[in-house]
Amino acid sequence: MADPIRWARYRWQQLISTEGGEGSSSSNSSNKCYQSSKTSGKHRIVIPCLGHFKEEYEKVSKLYMNNKIRTTKYTLLNFLPRNLFEQFHRVANLYFLFLVVLNWVPLVEAFQKEITMLPLIAVLTIIAVKDGLEDYSKYKMDKQINNLLTKVYSRKEKKYIDECWKNVNVGDFIRLSRNEIIPADMVLLYSSDPDGICYIETAGLDGETNLKQRQVVRGYSEQVSEIDPEKFSSRIECESPNNDLTRFRGFVEHSNKDRVGLSKENLLLRGCTVRNTEAVVGIVVYAGHETKAMLNNSGPHYKRSKLERKVNTDILWCVLLLILMCLTGAIGHGIWLSRYSEIPFFNIPEPDGKLIPPTLAGFNMFWTMIILLQVLIPVSLYVSIEIVKLGQIYLIQNDIDFYHEKTDSTVQCRALNIAEDLGQIQYIFSDKTGTLTENKMVFRRCSIAGREYCHEENAKRLESYQEINSADPQCSSSTHMSEWRGHNCSAVNEPLNRKSLNQLSGSYLAPGREDGAGDVPHSGHVAFSSPIETDVVPDTQLLEKFSQISSHSYQQSEEASSNLSLETTYITDFFLALAICNTVVVSVPNQPRQKMRHSLLGRTPIKSLEEIRQMFQRFSVWRLSSSPLPSVKESSSESPSSFVSKLSIFRMKLASSALDGAAQGAAEPLNTDSPENSQAPQELDTVNVAAGCEHNSAASSIELSPLPKLCYEAESPDEAALVHAARAYKCILQSRTPDQVTVDFAGLGSLTFQLLHILPFDSVRKRMSVVVRHPVSNSVVVYTKGADSVMMDLLRTASEVGTNNSEMEQKKIKERTQKHLDDYARRGLRTLCVAKKVLSDAEYAEWLNHHFLAETSIDNREVLLLESAIRLETELTLLGATGIEDRLQEGVPDTIQALRKAGIKIWMLTGDKRETAVNIAYACKLLEPDDRIFTLKSQSRDACALVMSKILEDIQKNTSAKKKKSQKLGNVFASPSTQAPGFNAGLVIDGRTLEHVLHDSLQNIFLELTEKCRAVVCCRATPLQKSVLVRLVRNKLKAMTLAVGDGANDVSMIQVADTGVGISGQEGMQAVMASDFAISQFRHLRKLLLVHGHWCYTRLTNMVLYFFYKNVAYVNLLFWYQFFCGFSGTSMTDYWILILFNLLFTSVPPIIYGVLDKDVPAEILMQLPQLYMMSQKSVAYLPSTFWMTLLDAFYQSLVCFFVPYFTYYGSDIDIFSFGNPINTAALFIILLHLLIECKSVTWIHTVVIIGSILFYFVFALAFGATCRTHNQPSNPYWIMEKHMIDPVFYLVCILTTCVALLPRYLLRVLQGTLFMSPVVRAKHLDRLTPEEQKEAIKRWKDDCIVNGRVEFQTTSGSSSSATGAVSEEESIASVLPTSKPPFRACTKEGLVEDTSSLPDIQDEPETTNGLNSEKTAFLNSSKETNLDTFGGNNSCAKAPVCASEEGSSAVSLAHKAGLNSVLCEEDALMYFTKLEC
Amino acid sequence: MRRERSGVNKQYSFPTVRTQGEETRPSRCPDNSAFKQQKLPAWKPQLSTATVLPGFFLTGAFCLAVGVCLILSANSVRDVQIDYSDKCSDCSKFRENSSNWNKECHCSVNFTLKEDILGDVFMYYGLQNFYQNHRRYVISRSDAQLLGRNVNSYCAPFTAYRNGTPMAPCGAIANSMFNDTIDLFYNLNSSAIQVPVLKTGNSWWTDKNVKFRNPKSYNLSSAFAGTARPPYWHKPVYLLDEEDERNNGYVNEDLIIWMRVSAFATFRNLYRRVKRIRQFADGLPAGNYTFRIAYNFPVTKFKGRKHVILSTVVWSGGSNPFLGIAYVVSGTAATLTGFVITAIHLKLRKKKTYFQK
Repeated sequence: MADPIRWARYRWQQLISTEGGEGSSSSNSSNKCYQSSKTSGKHRIVIPCLGHFKEEYEKVSKLYMNNKIRTTKYTLLNFLPRNLFEQFHRVANLYFLFLVVLNWVPLVEAFQKEITMLPLIAVLTIIAVKDGLEDYSKYKMDKQINNLLTKVYSRKEKKYIDECWKNVNVGDFIRLSRNEIIPADMVLLYSSDPDGICYIETAGLDGETNLKQRQVVRGYSEQVSEIDPEKFSSRIECESPNNDLTRFRGFVEHSNKDRVGLSKENLLLRGCTVRNTEAVVGIVVYAGHETKAMLNNSGPHYKRSKLERKVNTDILWCVLLLILMCLTGAIGHGIWLSRYSEIPFFNIPEPDGKLIPPTLAGFNMFWTMIILLQVLIPVSLYVSIEIVKLGQIYLIQNDIDFYHEKTDSTVQCRALNIAEDLGQIQYIFSDKTGTLTENKMVFRRCSIAGREYCHEENAKRLESYQEINSADPQCSSSTHMSEWRGHNCSAVNEPLNRKSLNQLSGSYLAPGREDGAGDVPHSGHVAFSSPIETDVVPDTQLLEKFSQISSHSYQQSEEASSNLSLETTYITDFFLALAICNTVVVSVPNQPRQKMRHSLLGRTPIKSLEEIRQMFQRFSVWRLSSSPLPSVKESSSESPSSFVSKLSIFRMKLASSALDGAAQGAAEPLNTDSPENSQAPQELDTVNVAAGCEHNSAASSIELSPLPKLCYEAESPDEAALVHAARAYKCILQSRTPDQVTVDFAGLGSLTFQLLHILPFDSVRKRMSVVVRHPVSNSVVVYTKGADSVMMDLLRTASEVGTNNSEMEQKKIKERTQKHLDDYARRGLRTLCVAKKVLSDAEYAEWLNHHFLAETSIDNREVLLLESAIRLETELTLLGATGIEDRLQEGVPDTIQALRKAGIKIWMLTGDKRETAVNIAYACKLLEPDDRIFTLKSQSRDACALVMSKILEDIQKNTSAKKKKSQKLGNVFASPSTQAPGFNAGLVIDGRTLEHVLHDSLQNIFLELTEKCRAVVCCRATPLQKSVLVRLVRNKLKAMTLAVGDGANDVSMIQVADTGVGISGQEGMQAVMASDFAISQFRHLRKLLLVHGHWCYTRLTNMVLYFFYKNVAYVNLLFWYQFFCGFSGTSMTDYWILILFNLLFTSVPPIIYGVLDKDVPAEILMQLPQLYMMSQKSVAYLPSTFWMTLLDAFYQSLVCFFVPYFTYYGSDIDIFSFGNPINTAALFIILLHLLIECKSVTWIHTVVIIGSILFYFVFALAFGATCRTHNQPSNPYWIMEKHMIDPVFYLVCILTTCVALLPRYLLRVLQGTLFMSPVVRAKHLDRLTPEEQKEAIKRWKDDCIVNGRVEFQTTSGSSSSATGAVSEEESIASVLPTSKPPFRACTKEGLVEDTSSLPDIQDEPETTNGLNSEKTAFLNSSKETNLDTFGGNNSCAKAPVCASEEGSSAVSLAHKAGLNSVLCEEDALMYFTKLEC
Repeated sequence: MRRERSGVNKQYSFPTVRTQGEETRPSRCPDNSAFKQQKLPAWKPQLSTATVLPGFFLTGAFCLAVGVCLILSANSVRDVQIDYSDKCSDCSKFRENSSNWNKECHCSVNFTLKEDILGDVFMYYGLQNFYQNHRRYVISRSDAQLLGRNVNSYCAPFTAYRNGTPMAPCGAIANSMFNDTIDLFYNLNSSAIQVPVLKTGNSWWTDKNVKFRNPKSYNLSSAFAGTARPPYWHKPVYLLDEEDERNNGYVNEDLIIWMRVSAFATFRNLYRRVKRIRQFADGLPAGNYTFRIAYNFPVTKFKGRKHVILSTVVWSGGSNPFLGIAYVVSGTAATLTGFVITAIHLKLRKKKTYFQK
């Protein structure tokens, strides 16, 4: 055992430990570290405003913000200037401001000064009102929040009094009760929980509803009574406010200069809710805007859509056009002027009587023209686009198809301005877990000590399972509310708060509602409560073995060294690891944690005084061994480890944790004199053994009674699934505190493990570990679970000649387990390896030393902790592996197929292992049987480059051959993807290779490669890699990307992509918070993209084009007139009409058109994904379309101007009478043009168009009747009235309208007849009867498929020697997924197959079935070759195919060939040598 | 469970904020209404050959019919246009010398009507190349002043004289008023009979009675006291028509018509109407006529020309045949297009595509 001196040192270190969390010490070095960092000004010092600190408090704390928040942008005073300032950041607004200013220059003014301001003012007002309303709602919200009440310690009254949140300051003590919201970031100093734990729910922060633990600062946790603020004499030093929610560093310095480290475990964050804890006290360290929650509010992010960028460039074209037109005007005016030698009547001289020279006049005219023709730049376009987008979003959000009943959630559009991007997606990057799959982790299989237990019953249950728990959410929530009110009286008295809490409670669907207890909120139906996850049916075989252990006493089995008992040890350890090695929080639904203990105590009958005494003694022992108080430690440091190890033998017999709580009060006095008492346990040894037996029977009797309803709340669903699985085998996790874990083990009763460390999961290590002291063997045991890829490397290797029997055994187990793991992965299960390691005390102490250093360093603690963890997790003993099923979400394969038909490339980026990923990819039709899969897996960059170029070559060879064929076929249809149909490549790449590939030098070739592949699967990808990939594709390929994910690990990817879609699933809300659209199911993506994306895009595009058309057409009327008025900038239309024409008369119809137009109905869009390609390739908005539109606009304006011109030529018509028919005709043309463009006209369209026309006439008539002098100089008095009785006016309008619209109408007619685009064809489908429609769609689809298949067949037929092997491989691949679906139920045969394929394991009792094994070997090996190696690896692939025909004897050979191929791909260079053989 | 977070709410991260409105709307299921589900019944215009055929033929027929009517009616218009800028070249040269501004210059122009002009005959003066539609010219007027109010804004640079006396009427338009006097004589047997003409009733009724008003005073000259005539004028505004008090001052119809600025640089303005009495009861009989013109309005400065026009008017306007021709042309075009589309339609009907039928 460990030497006493070291042990003593460890104990001593623990006494003066400065670091919270895992019980560690502060060495001198860490102290230095603090001192050095203290001097820097980056830290903040928090001291209470009490006692002797008062002066310093005045000095320091005044500098910090108080808790009042103001999130509004404006105040009443600065609203106008600030809002205007912000609005003028928009270039468009600046342009119009410039125009207004220009109009104030007398030389160039074109209109009345006031009139030009009108459009600008209108736009500014609309936006300002919108901003103002938004800000006002924020203001109201701020006010509500600032006035929430909380209990703050008052120095005057010496007690906690109610204070508004806004009056809370840094350094205040706050006392919170259960279910209260935390008003500011504070360090936890007291919790009513006996272990110093406070549970918080961070739903308000990140949406996660599971409970999180926070710990009282070390040193305060042992206090019995509530902390007295008056006596608090420490100062807290911590880092300056930052937005990192996962980090908090600092320390508490006591008055005696002792320092205790602080971590995020000690920090309660603003906005979280205290749960399951009666009362907590904390000291505020960050308040108001400096809290982490507030610092994390980046506000809504602004993305600019692709269409908008394009619109901007087209607006630049318009500007160019405008400048050209103005130049024409300027030059024309100059020339016109120079024709006159004298001043004519009509040219007005300057006030001084002189005439300005033609060049200067021309220059002035340029600016005048800009003012006159300003409408060419569509001011209303920006406003209209915003409104249209709002309308589109509104319709998307109201789509009933997006409603998911189970979660009562529908689509959320968080970004308001990129709806049309949905119609242009080219790449989808999808997460796997929770996105494609349900993320409902179900324990499916496990392998322990190399034997598989396949849980048939469980599989059957899953198949027949239907979600029955979707009870009516409304009624249950209402009952909750009423109950809640009864419980909640003391909590808060602020009305708003109470209400919100009621709502909160109502919103949780407590799974434990059958118990009639609804007052404890826990992770409702979103979290892990569904029976499919909790109810695991145990495997009969395993259960049998398990019961054997139970009947044996544990010690016995340990002593016996038989093979069987070794296996039972493994099984025991395996389930212990499942139950312990996690961070699951245990709670009982109907009571807070504390009460549960008391009630449990009540249930345990206390028979005699003797027992009570025993209990006390046990308790004192526990106190000693787990976390003794300083005084105890000092004295016990004399007695070395042997003492403690002896003591902890009894700990196993300690009953459930209930006893601890019960004994707490009584144990305190004992604690103080425990040194004297230390002899007692030894004396009581025998007694305790007896008691243990007694207890065993008691435990079994408890078992008979219904199990206490325990709720497990885990950070990841996998953990919960494993705990539930362990529970099914009566290895029940009873309680978990920071110091200990209690497991109710079927045959052995309650075992309480002293929890020494938790090395949490991280994506780098891909594993987590717990370090516990085993209550039976009293050794330090490390349980590790993690991804098999990392775990297998960490196992104890028998590299030195394995004389040891157990090592040989280990090796066998490892091989077999690996076999099972591969099998699990092939079935699409998530695999985890479970391992353990027993540490000697010496080893542990040594490691602990290093770990302390890591924990206490403040600066690069993360790195050091990582290193420390890695140091511990070596030389592990493999226990077994688990396979967890994550079922595919409903409709995922269909959706993926449809999206692919829509020409979208889908990449799957997942953190899972390759086999799992590939199988899920097959299952969800991401990869298809016909696809050829290339796997990139290289150790070095050069090898990677080599492999990629080889693959590229290979693909090119194929595609070029196929393209020729396809050209001959004369395909009418656009091929569904960029490559020839019939040849589809899939690329599988893993995280390590990804690193090489993402290097600058390889990026291009990689992208070239991926462009040729239809699907890419990236496994083992880190969040960072995901986002880098997305960014790469987005930037380099200039493609529109969509990232979809559900978890925190997808956030970066979602943010980087053009469109981020979050799935509001089980892994919290981070993804949703970061996303632009949030949906509840992956399958909703289909409608979101294919229907709404298409619609939004076409609608907006058409509307934008229409706006360009409208403005150009209208403005050109004025331009043409300049040729007849000496380019003097006269407008023949009344200024009011001119301005209002865009603002009122023709503004609403395009908006309605933009929101409601429907070119193809939703059903057809869903059935024919091919149509998506139209919007994807922006067919509706090509540059040519833009110019065609402008051309049409020019034509129409020419007609609209010159028909009236020639009609009235030489007559006595006056300017404004001439303008009136032009204007009226323009109105008709513009509105009827819209009608031609409309694909569907509803009553809304009709009403709006007729309304616009009527409005125009009413306005013109009213204006003409009333305005005698107002509108100097363009007096429209009686003009409209006069025209309304003139037949010529009508004739002019009719002719103009007809002639102007004829070409476009004709074009549309011809498009609808001769050159039909798919969209038009689809539109025609809508007319048919349902039966005809079905038939037609079927034919359409068949057409595509036939076209594809014909090519495929021709190519595979023409297989040369080079391609022969390829087609062979394809055929192999096509057999696989059908014959071996990823989720096939486990059969006895399967077990046989798997074992038999390992011929070198002789001790398996099962006989091999020749036929089966042959088949399996064939499948296994060919599959491996298919997956693991890329196409050229034909020699490897062929071997098993031939071998399989020779019967079972060849099986091993075949398997070896498979292994070979695995080896091949380990290194590309090696692979090439293999190729030669 | 509600997890709604709007942009505003998100900033707070508070459950209180998040869950507001929960009680009012327990389920978030959207309404299944036709509008929200975008299933409103809609008319989907099908633009294919078959459906638009009748439209084209109907339009064509309509246009042709209207066009023929318009051409017929335009042909019935008699229109006599006499350019007198060359014939009165002496006078125009005389006017070029600005020192002669207040001296009279007369010239006469003879012409022969070969046929009678029946019906109402209108006498116009026409100006060519006079850009009345120049922007700064157009705005140089004061509608308020012409309404009899004592303001003359917007008239720059013809607002007032240097000594401060305001011009009445002010502005460039009024200043440049056409001031030739044209009299028509019917030469019957070597004796010239002046054709009786109407000075009033030529302008819009609303202009005459609503838009133009003289300042209120006991007589006209006192009403304009304190103002001066525009610089180019020969006589003050209250002497525009000394015979008819109701056609004097601002309500003088020559002024009113001039103030309605023309749309083009070449235009005509109604000057007089032939009064249908005695031998002119049916219009102007064929014969020799003479225009006697008091030549005041100089046009050489801007290379302009002046006309006198005698014309009748029909429902479709003047003698301009454009509209009729345009209708006929577009009617023909529509019909032809209709035929082309028919051809296409017939051809396409033979090869059926799979989605139709």
